[in-house]
Amino acid sequence: MRYLPLTQPDRAAMLAAIGASSIDDLFVDVPEAIRLDGPIAGLPGHASELAVERHMTALARKNMSAGDGPFFLGCGAYRHHVPASVDHIIQRGEFLTAYTPYQPEIAQGTLQMLFEFQTQVARLLGTDVANASMYDGSTACWEAIGMARRITRRGKAILSGGLHPHYVSVARTMAKYTGDALDVAVPALSAETDLEALIAKIDGDTSCVVVQYPDILGRIADLRPLADACHAQKALLIAVVTEPVALGAIKSPGEMDADIVVGEGQSIGVGLQFGGPYVGLFGCKDKYVRQMPGRLTGETVDADGRRGFVLTLSTREQHIRREKATSNICTNSGLCALAFSIHMTLLGEAGLRALAAANHAGAVAAAERLAKVPGVRLVNETFFNEFTLDLGREARPIVRALADKGILAGVSLGRLYPDEAGLANGLVIAVTETTTAEDVETLAQALEEVLA
Amino acid sequence: MSAINQSGWRPTAPQQGGNAAPTFTGNKALMLEEPLIFEIGDNHTTGVEVAPPVTATSRLGGLARTAAIDLPGLSEPETVRHYTRLSRQNYAIDLGLFPLGSCTMKHNPRLNEKMARLPGFADLHPLQPIDTVQGALEVIQQLAHWLVTLTGMHSVAMSPKAGAHGELCGILAIKAALEKRGEGHRKVILVPESAHGTNPATAAFAGFAVEDIPATADGRVDTAALKARLGPDIAGVMITNPNTCGLFERDLRTISEAVHAAGGYVYCDGANFNAIVGRVRPGDLGVDAMHINLHKTFSTPHGGGGPGSGPVVFSERLTPFAPLPFVEKRGDHFALVEEETAQDHHADSFGRMTAFHGQMGMFTRALTYILSHGADGLRQVAEDAVLNANYVLRSLSDVLDAPFAASGPCMHEAIFSDKGFAEGFSTIDVAKALIDEGFHPMTMYFPLVVHGAMLVEPTETESKATLDQFIGALRSVAERARAGDETLRTAPHFAPRSRLDETLAARKPVLVWKAPETTAEAAE
Repeated sequence: MRYLPLTQPDRAAMLAAIGASSIDDLFVDVPEAIRLDGPIAGLPGHASELAVERHMTALARKNMSAGDGPFFLGCGAYRHHVPASVDHIIQRGEFLTAYTPYQPEIAQGTLQMLFEFQTQVARLLGTDVANASMYDGSTACWEAIGMARRITRRGKAILSGGLHPHYVSVARTMAKYTGDALDVAVPALSAETDLEALIAKIDGDTSCVVVQYPDILGRIADLRPLADACHAQKALLIAVVTEPVALGAIKSPGEMDADIVVGEGQSIGVGLQFGGPYVGLFGCKDKYVRQMPGRLTGETVDADGRRGFVLTLSTREQHIRREKATSNICTNSGLCALAFSIHMTLLGEAGLRALAAANHAGAVAAAERLAKVPGVRLVNETFFNEFTLDLGREARPIVRALADKGILAGVSLGRLYPDEAGLANGLVIAVTETTTAEDVETLAQALEEVLA
Repeated sequence: MSAINQSGWRPTAPQQGGNAAPTFTGNKALMLEEPLIFEIGDNHTTGVEVAPPVTATSRLGGLARTAAIDLPGLSEPETVRHYTRLSRQNYAIDLGLFPLGSCTMKHNPRLNEKMARLPGFADLHPLQPIDTVQGALEVIQQLAHWLVTLTGMHSVAMSPKAGAHGELCGILAIKAALEKRGEGHRKVILVPESAHGTNPATAAFAGFAVEDIPATADGRVDTAALKARLGPDIAGVMITNPNTCGLFERDLRTISEAVHAAGGYVYCDGANFNAIVGRVRPGDLGVDAMHINLHKTFSTPHGGGGPGSGPVVFSERLTPFAPLPFVEKRGDHFALVEEETAQDHHADSFGRMTAFHGQMGMFTRALTYILSHGADGLRQVAEDAVLNANYVLRSLSDVLDAPFAASGPCMHEAIFSDKGFAEGFSTIDVAKALIDEGFHPMTMYFPLVVHGAMLVEPTETESKATLDQFIGALRSVAERARAGDETLRTAPHFAPRSRLDETLAARKPVLVWKAPETTAEAAE
């Protein structure tokens, strides 16, 4: 077996040194009745690198990958160009095969990178601080709701209808067990967001309002009035960003006084990967830092006075506080945070703004073209790189029909909201720098055909 | 010492370090200092080229970001150099033995990386039409089949994102099952003192009260005490097997029977499955739910703190409560069961834990690893992991106190205490001195049941020669700790940094970089 360096003579010598007559002697504590005598029946034996590669490649070929044709999916995962150097660096063994930096003297590479990541994320989200990552946007969103409960000591969270329905589902699952009351809604297929309705719901029992920005239909609204309304009732505003590239073009939620800003960082550096691993972004105001979940990296000095970095404020965490921890999270998403940070360093502010501008311009052009398809209505007045079309008939079969033509046409709202008849005609289209004008034209013509 | 050697004498061995003059740069040959990107980049530099936009119409609703974001950029060569220099300040498995107990730092085969990057896996959107992702769903299904078969369980939930997320998955299923039975009043989860911190944190998160179960002197769960505590308020137990003292819980089957008879469920923390894969199936021990860390047993890389992946295997009685979504094979077709279709035949699911379908990038790596080993190779993995740990345990028990050496063979990890060190010397001194010897230290001060615990998990991917060198190094350091060698207290001496001030970091947290104030600003 190519990954196991012990030879038979090694094994014999080591057993002799231990004083065991066979390997079975080392498993004597396993009750005899349930010991397995040999390899489990019905499972294949070991295989060569070539054979395994053949098997996996055959499985990969059964999929239609995003690069195989015109591609327009978003709704929480976006296809962006990731520079080749990102993947090169994250495959360096010193990053790839390191552990959580528990021994800081020999983990400064990871720790400095995480400190840089935290700073980049905080600046992007417009928060004072950010942590060293969460699993993904949806779990970061739930953790933020839990954090708001701890801070306000209130248990009612109001979720905007514009919040990604999977994020709502995750919050719903967790709320069943923590006793939080969730006020949830579904979006309307219109240009108006539910901001005013949210403001009307806030009262003295409200722990937080959770709003997505841009929202699930791609709409953008000024969060400032909502933040003011929250603060008037001593509730927190949690903003959720599923497309961080947008923050190269639009004001950050922190600038509009959101208290906690969470996000899905997948867009920058990570890639689609069929839904995971992704990287949860988590930032907040300074005053709430001790209620944050997850790892934090902080600056300090070593015994010789040199700057260095360590994991800090760990008295919040499970390995110290056990049942009193702010979260049970341990392993987070370190390597994806590295990919995010490298890509962000390559972009810089100039590159991020240019990328965001290109995304927006492409989306505006696409929206204008697609709105000309007979029977199609553009729902949004505002959007960044993602907008919703009302096809005038159920979108889900249309998406399937377009996939048969080699076009991955977007996310039908019927897929996300199977029980909401009023949303069935909605199709959410994302346009990034990877989308060409030809792709848009191909989609427009195909859409016209299948709608005819 | 004079700079020019006039005598003509040449040393046959290098001089000891410590007397070298400081360099202009602060670098020491291959040990390179690296500033923060905020100190070397600026807001105008970029390492990417983006085609300028064709239209200028804005649909941003008047919310354009006008103020500076202050994100410095670097050109590509500067970026590659920055991170390459940083990487060299890290220890890693690729550099040497990384014996962190309970963490299973084994070799990460590069074939796994290559397969995960096939565009047919890496470039798939999670919401693509199901017909266009049949191969991806088949990967999930094949991996699920292996996990269920290797554990002897009934089903597996693939979506949990890491071990602690998997624990939560198992505990929520237990809670849902209790509520379905109308026994939501069972509020107590029993957790051994030696458990990972995530166990009590998870149970508390789900609204359970956590009670400790004591350990016996031989390092195992006190079965009698556990049985005595069982009753109508007990929801279940969370037991790690093999446990964090590196021992197999011989009584787990008996414990499971007693817990079941008392109406509770058995959660097994599967972080240490590496030790028993192919030798015993947790399903045969009466376990109801167990998470499997794909980033431990099945070698997906730890990446400096994730991403992990924590699928949870379930017994038949907990299966109806498993989370959404999951993959189901229907004839030749692979279906993704999500909220809408679940209502028909999975109505008791406790719900969704994460936005999409789990850590696909980890699934492709883990399946590649499993197929490479096969059933025979995986059994050999457990055997070699256990052999390596016992070899370390027995080779050092004359210089290090091994509190459970009399309790029988260890499994995949060997535990030592700080007993016998000179007054004022502790585990941390030994750990930091190991850094100077070129090894990553073992897990320190965990589990809590052993004083000054040192938990050593060599894994199966270390050769005998490497183990012998490690044993020699640890022996040498242990002898220095017993003798009270003062130089241990300031170790490491040869690392990129000496001991870091963690108290300062926590007392005055600096979590993001801020530009130093200029003299003029400071004076204002």
